[in-house]
Amino acid sequence: MSSAKPKVVHSWLAKAPTGIQGLDEVTGGGLPKGRVTLVCGSAGCGKSLFAMEFLVHGAMRYGEPGVCMDFEETEAKLRANVASLGFDLRELTKRKKLLVDFVSVERNQIAETGEYNLDGLFIRLAYAVKAIKAKRVVLDSIEALFSGLVDSTILRAELRRLFHWLEEHKLTAVVTGEAGEQTLTRHGLEEYVADCVIALDHRVTEQISTRRLRIVKYRGTSHGTDEYPFLIDHEGISVVPITSLELAHKASSDRVSTGIPSLDEMMEGKGFFRGSSVLVSGSSGTGKSSLAASFTRAACARGEVCLYFAFEESPSQILRNMRSVSINLEPWVKKGLLHFHAMRPTSIGLEAHLAVVHKLIEKFRPNVVVIDPITNLVSATGTHSVKSMLMRLVDFLKVEQITSMFTNLTFSGDPQERTAAAVSSLMDTWIVLRDSKPNGRPRRELYVLKSRGMAHSREPRELIVSERGMELGKVLTDHTLGTPVAGPSGAKVSG
Amino acid sequence: MLRLYIAGHTPNSIAAIANLKKICEDKLHGKYRIEVVDLLKKPQLAKGDQIIAIPTLVRRLPPPVKKIIGNLSKTDSVIVGLDLQPAR
Repeated sequence: MSSAKPKVVHSWLAKAPTGIQGLDEVTGGGLPKGRVTLVCGSAGCGKSLFAMEFLVHGAMRYGEPGVCMDFEETEAKLRANVASLGFDLRELTKRKKLLVDFVSVERNQIAETGEYNLDGLFIRLAYAVKAIKAKRVVLDSIEALFSGLVDSTILRAELRRLFHWLEEHKLTAVVTGEAGEQTLTRHGLEEYVADCVIALDHRVTEQISTRRLRIVKYRGTSHGTDEYPFLIDHEGISVVPITSLELAHKASSDRVSTGIPSLDEMMEGKGFFRGSSVLVSGSSGTGKSSLAASFTRAACARGEVCLYFAFEESPSQILRNMRSVSINLEPWVKKGLLHFHAMRPTSIGLEAHLAVVHKLIEKFRPNVVVIDPITNLVSATGTHSVKSMLMRLVDFLKVEQITSMFTNLTFSGDPQERTAAAVSSLMDTWIVLRDSKPNGRPRRELYVLKSRGMAHSREPRELIVSERGMELGKVLTDHTLGTPVAGPSGAKVSG
Repeated sequence: MLRLYIAGHTPNSIAAIANLKKICEDKLHGKYRIEVVDLLKKPQLAKGDQIIAIPTLVRRLPPPVKKIIGNLSKTDSVIVGLDLQPAR
């Protein structure tokens, strides 16, 4: 699977891979090798975990043992961070993969009586590096020195000397810093770090937590406001590497069945284009999920892997509901071709949900993805960043040639107006479902509002859902959907 | 017992040793024993007393532990820092 192209590629620079999912992609290989990277953020933003992942993966995956100088006296926390990555600190220490030196800087013990320097720290660091032949170093959090030592002039000079020492010894270092009010870090550490500065942000608004990673500086180049949402879960940190929209994706001419033969017929007899995005909108109960399920079933029957993200109903509910209309998805789940993932409304923000979607796509490498529904993600109350994340996700799916289907709940009224224009413009195919009651008899209607690149039928048809499954009935002439755009049938429609 | 940590015989460290000897003679009348630890020779000893600055003077007994950093040129600060009783 090709990865999204990072914004700036420094192929001539050596990089130290972090092993943090998504981060190595966006940095074009990792952190600058043999240089100091500053990771800053407020308490709880994940900087210590970031630093430990960098060390642990460095030792276990890339053959680079690492030293951690921990200034915060948080042995329990450090042990827990390492454990959360699936390793035991004691084990790693015994195997000389990791060495932690807990540095205590207690202010009330120290009285400054004349000139001094921080050679003690240098000696400890050098000793630790030599002991395990370390290639990576973490200083977490160096700002503890500021609270412990009064003379900031000496301290600043020594920090400069320390960073220089690290570079001289060709060690790739991650230094953590506490976020400041006006400045990036409380004590302006970013002034000493020329090569790479990463800011982690963790915001909780109305009980929804959102995490973002921003590359403030990379090798002197400003990345501006390049922000990536990230997750912290039981496997560590996952960064979602989707950023600017790259509209240069190959368009496939392969076709995939919609799962409903009569619907395939409306689309040149062949169905959707592979890798295209399909929006299915309609009011409650009009058959959106059933359509998504038919599509999914057809894909699995072709041997393709499907990922079904359920935002509202539980997977078992969906399975049961689909069984009642003769769409049996369970065998595919058992065969491992269909993976359901329930997205429960939780305290993690919508961006985090999208990050999970991205992560699972990377894990399962599906051919088909269904998100049912995306209503919350496109609603008027959704933030701009959620909407832009969704747009980027859709774009990412196209680049990966994953055929995607999104259902959207609309309220009675003109569906075109209810669905945000920005989202619908990303969709190659837009199917609208509607309930109506002409002459008092209720019926369901389906029409293909648009489908790029093909001569699709524009005639509304009746949608019949029964125990026999889903099929399209006759063309409706008494529909109330408004006049479809007149045009000779068979004319190719683009855009 | 007073332990002075140095890192090689730099001007600061030499000054600290000299200052300490003077303070011990003048104010303490030899009541305290001085031990000099050179971390360049024995780096593993830095961890125990949590040494980061050089020079650092550590008074371990009687507790609580007192740590003083600097070349000890400010005599008064040293006395106060060590919480020493002037010898009678």
